[in-house]
Amino acid sequence: MFKFLLKGVFRDRHRWLFPVLIVMFTVGLLVFSFSFLEGYKQSYLRQTSRFNTGHLKVVSRAYAEMLDLKPYDLALLDIAGELQGYKARYPQLDWVERINFGALLDVPDEMGNTRVQGEVAGFAIDIFTDDSEIKRLQLDSALRSGRLPARSGEILLSTIAAEKMQIAPSDTITLMGSTVFGAMTMQNFMVSGTVEFGIASLDQGAVVVDIQDVREMLDMENAAGEILAFFKSGEYERKQAARIMQDFNQRYSDESDEFSPVMLRLEDQGSMGYILAMLDLSVLWMSIGFITVLGIVLWNAGLLNGIRRYGEFGVRLAIGESKRRVYAALLIEGLIVGTTGALIGVILGSAICIYFNRYGMDMSVYNRNSTMLSENVLYTSINAYAIIASFIPGVLSTVLGAALAGGAIFKRQTSQLFKELET
Amino acid sequence: MKEVIAKIENMSKAFPTGEGDFWALKNINLEFLKGEFSGFVGPSGSGKTTLLNILGSLDTPSKGKVEVLGNKIQELNQRQASNLRSEHLGFIFQTYNLLPVYNVYENVEFPLLLLRMDAGTRDRMVKEAIEWVGLMDKIKSRPNQLSGGQCQRVAIARAMVKKPDLVLADEPTANLDTENSLNILDTMLNLNKELGTSFIFSTHDPKVIQYLRRIIRLTDGEVASDDPAPGI
Repeated sequence: MFKFLLKGVFRDRHRWLFPVLIVMFTVGLLVFSFSFLEGYKQSYLRQTSRFNTGHLKVVSRAYAEMLDLKPYDLALLDIAGELQGYKARYPQLDWVERINFGALLDVPDEMGNTRVQGEVAGFAIDIFTDDSEIKRLQLDSALRSGRLPARSGEILLSTIAAEKMQIAPSDTITLMGSTVFGAMTMQNFMVSGTVEFGIASLDQGAVVVDIQDVREMLDMENAAGEILAFFKSGEYERKQAARIMQDFNQRYSDESDEFSPVMLRLEDQGSMGYILAMLDLSVLWMSIGFITVLGIVLWNAGLLNGIRRYGEFGVRLAIGESKRRVYAALLIEGLIVGTTGALIGVILGSAICIYFNRYGMDMSVYNRNSTMLSENVLYTSINAYAIIASFIPGVLSTVLGAALAGGAIFKRQTSQLFKELET
Repeated sequence: MKEVIAKIENMSKAFPTGEGDFWALKNINLEFLKGEFSGFVGPSGSGKTTLLNILGSLDTPSKGKVEVLGNKIQELNQRQASNLRSEHLGFIFQTYNLLPVYNVYENVEFPLLLLRMDAGTRDRMVKEAIEWVGLMDKIKSRPNQLSGGQCQRVAIARAMVKKPDLVLADEPTANLDTENSLNILDTMLNLNKELGTSFIFSTHDPKVIQYLRRIIRLTDGEVASDDPAPGI
């Protein structure tokens, strides 16, 4: 009987073409949308954790109060010993020290007078101890001209800032700022190269400096604005992060001491938690929206198809098929059509996702004025959830459409369906 | 003594209308014997099709009793009515009503699929039925590739394939020309003789009437006469 129904479905274009096309496109679109959003979320998490939040972050309690301002005058002091303790207690984490600071970049002319000045966001990392930070921030691939700093006194400058201020590698610039004690400070650096991270907020005007140079410049010996921790697996592990944070804060943090360290998870920092929740919610709302629209469209398609087939139902009832069996056959047809459309849709959507996963999508136009740490090239991230969450609504929509449309079989008298044979 | 296959006692059928009930059939009393080739004859609106529908368990009487092959139509639930139709009754319609997406073989096979027969038996019975109506050369054709007469032959094969006890034929020649009508009627008469299947027609076509062995004339929902055909 199933084979018989299968033949009937695929020989009658009216029964399968429109629903299969609708389901196929919608499921394909859903797979792509889920993968796009997941890719965006992963990209955002990756970039934000690399450049800003880490998977976990240790700062002073006072610094945590004004986390978005990155007040390096509230930095953690005398951290060398403490850091050794953290590394021993939490071996699953990689630890790095960072200082974020704001400075004025002054470019002199041939006479030594100021040619141009501009504000830059200073980003102090450990460049010379090992190459872990260079790898983490992918400085090699971000380098657009010149080379990476090879010795103290060399810095990297973002390409856009370099172009705006007409600075080339090997030019000397001066960074002017204030020390942790509020005194004015300035120091000359040589620009070893220019970088472009593909993150609009960084590429507008950032300098990457070795943390030791910055400590000297800002009078922050053995201090760090932030200590970032990354899971060695490279992936953010939410549950483990919560456990580590709880343990750390119980062990090391003191509520009565504003300079005692406090650990924050990625989602506890700034609006990260809200943004991640919004991204998750948008996936949910998108699913509900698509399923609703798809259900209504297919319900209507099912109704129209059902009306067209009342005559056929009448014949089948007359031949001896029960209403229940006719209804079940309609549901099976819905299942066949939905499964076919959803399968093709998943294949189509996955193929597009795999393409964009490999080659990426240039999002630089949309990121131009963005303050969020999202990559200019976005890679879709396809996973089992995207496929299941797209496939199931695709199948359900046709089955539900058929179930609603087929209700008329039960509402109508058998003799009425039979009479409609003649119309 | 021939077996009674259908019995109607004091049966009436009403349809609700805006101005009260409309009685389409009034106090009908009839008996049909096995192997009959009979028909309801009358103008449109005389109640022929309604009577045929009730005999076919597609509808139920408002009053009285109808018994078909031992089944009390007024007491059957939907499943029992479906079983009666699928196992014992065959239908032939004015507009053939073949399933357009299936070919001749598959259309004839459909009633046997409902009876859950094994593939081998099904194949033998389908081919036998198609042979009865002389359409073996069209076995793979779809209804839109057949003439009206051929379609009605397929419909006869579909009604006869399970060798039902009773075939109900509603205006089976209404859409056919004279030659095809006579061919169809000859085919049905042969099957009636060879297989002993009872046929009840609903018709006002003189070509059909001349084939009937018993003519039941209906007027305004009542039996006006019930006579053997002239010459029987």
